[in-house]
Amino acid sequence: MDWGALHTILGGVNKHSTSIGKIWLTVLFIFRIMILVVAAERVWGDEQDDFVCNTLQPGCKNVCYDHFFPISHIRLWALQLIFVSTPALLVAMHVAYWRHEKKRQFRKGDQKCEYKDIEEIRKQRFHIEGSLWWTYTSSIFFRLVFEAVFMYAFYFMYDGFRMPRLMKCNAWPCPNTVDCFVSRPTEKTVFTIFMIAVSSICILLNVAELCYLLTKFFLRRSKKPGNPKHHPNHETKEETKQNEMNELISDSCQNTVIGFSS
Amino acid sequence: MSWGFLRDLLSGVNKYSTGIGRIWVAVVFIFRLLVYIAAAENIWKYEHDEFECNIKQPGCENVCFDHFFPVSHIRLWALQLIMVSTPSLLVVFHVAYRENREKHHNQKLYKSPGEIDGGLLCTYLISLILKTGFEIVFLVLFYKLYNGFKVPRLVKCDIRPCPNTVDCYISKPTEKMIFICFLVAASCVCIVLNLSELSYLIFKYSIKCYLKRYIKKHQ
Repeated sequence: MDWGALHTILGGVNKHSTSIGKIWLTVLFIFRIMILVVAAERVWGDEQDDFVCNTLQPGCKNVCYDHFFPISHIRLWALQLIFVSTPALLVAMHVAYWRHEKKRQFRKGDQKCEYKDIEEIRKQRFHIEGSLWWTYTSSIFFRLVFEAVFMYAFYFMYDGFRMPRLMKCNAWPCPNTVDCFVSRPTEKTVFTIFMIAVSSICILLNVAELCYLLTKFFLRRSKKPGNPKHHPNHETKEETKQNEMNELISDSCQNTVIGFSS
Repeated sequence: MSWGFLRDLLSGVNKYSTGIGRIWVAVVFIFRLLVYIAAAENIWKYEHDEFECNIKQPGCENVCFDHFFPVSHIRLWALQLIMVSTPSLLVVFHVAYRENREKHHNQKLYKSPGEIDGGLLCTYLISLILKTGFEIVFLVLFYKLYNGFKVPRLVKCDIRPCPNTVDCYISKPTEKMIFICFLVAASCVCIVLNLSELSYLIFKYSIKCYLKRYIKKHQ
């Protein structure tokens, strides 16, 4: 399985994500992709070979297996991971487009361009504002939708998240109702519940990130229209410090000092 | 199967593509190559072992499998991926040729060797037409070989040495059908992207040409 390439692509997006986004990416790689590759694949590796039906009728086992497992858990998870990772590409493409534009400006010798060389443009980290905010928020929204859709599809297809030990099958050519036994049902149930739990955590992280971005957006909008209190934090702190010093000086020299403004 | 070379090829091609070309590379890479390696390969892994016929006659199963699957889905899929990615090599070779020429003559012959204009534009358009052609050819081949994109649970076989008409059961038919539909959908998306890129480039350069002539006339 070649998940390394996906890791390379998403790693690039990590630089421009929020902190919650970085946590989401870590959870995705460690608790989902790695578990899938290292453990889950082995558990489901012999699923059809060890699926045994209590009949000698040729074809019955194949048909029953196909009836109960239209699409294997492991493939559904792989598809879910691919679809859930893809919206991050939108952000990567947007950043690449911005970088391309800045490089073009730099090459034209535009005086508005504040970079000293191309290396700086390549390494620069863009803040999530403006049109990038919209792309980032849409990507989180799509991620949420895909996660929810796959979880529902899982629940719908397998009637819950539990893997039964025994399934009763009477699809043709099975002569009557036949008992079929699934291999490693408990282990599969454990891994299914684990993957569902991590999926839910990822959904929560995405919802938290969405709320954070929306809060930031509305706060920024409320601060914008000519509000004199609109300074970045560190400047306000510096002002306060300077004011305190001035007060000390004025107290000691008994002079009135007019307050500073930035 | 080692797909590293295809991955490197696609990353190299990305540099000289238009915006739509980059989306095409992303779609091929994620929705076709990655899905193939991560999921599809395993479904078809034991297709022959799990193909079962309702008969004990030796050789009957082999003959029936060979009759119904002249070329396995997964191999056709792999061939399609390779053939569809290869025309992009033409563009890479042309850019390398331009860079070589500049080195040989020791002077700047082109505004930028990777810029899509002149001869490189023709090469790019030819590569787009070839890519689209291969996609369509493979889709038609898939359709004709397997009588549609559906994988049946049961096939009836009466080829020698099978004594009579025998029931043969295909393993995981539903899962195979889901992934074949996915493959066909991804293929169609790629065809649409290629056609849009083709129209965009032809439109862009016709306008450029027309404007150049218009300015020349008025000079």
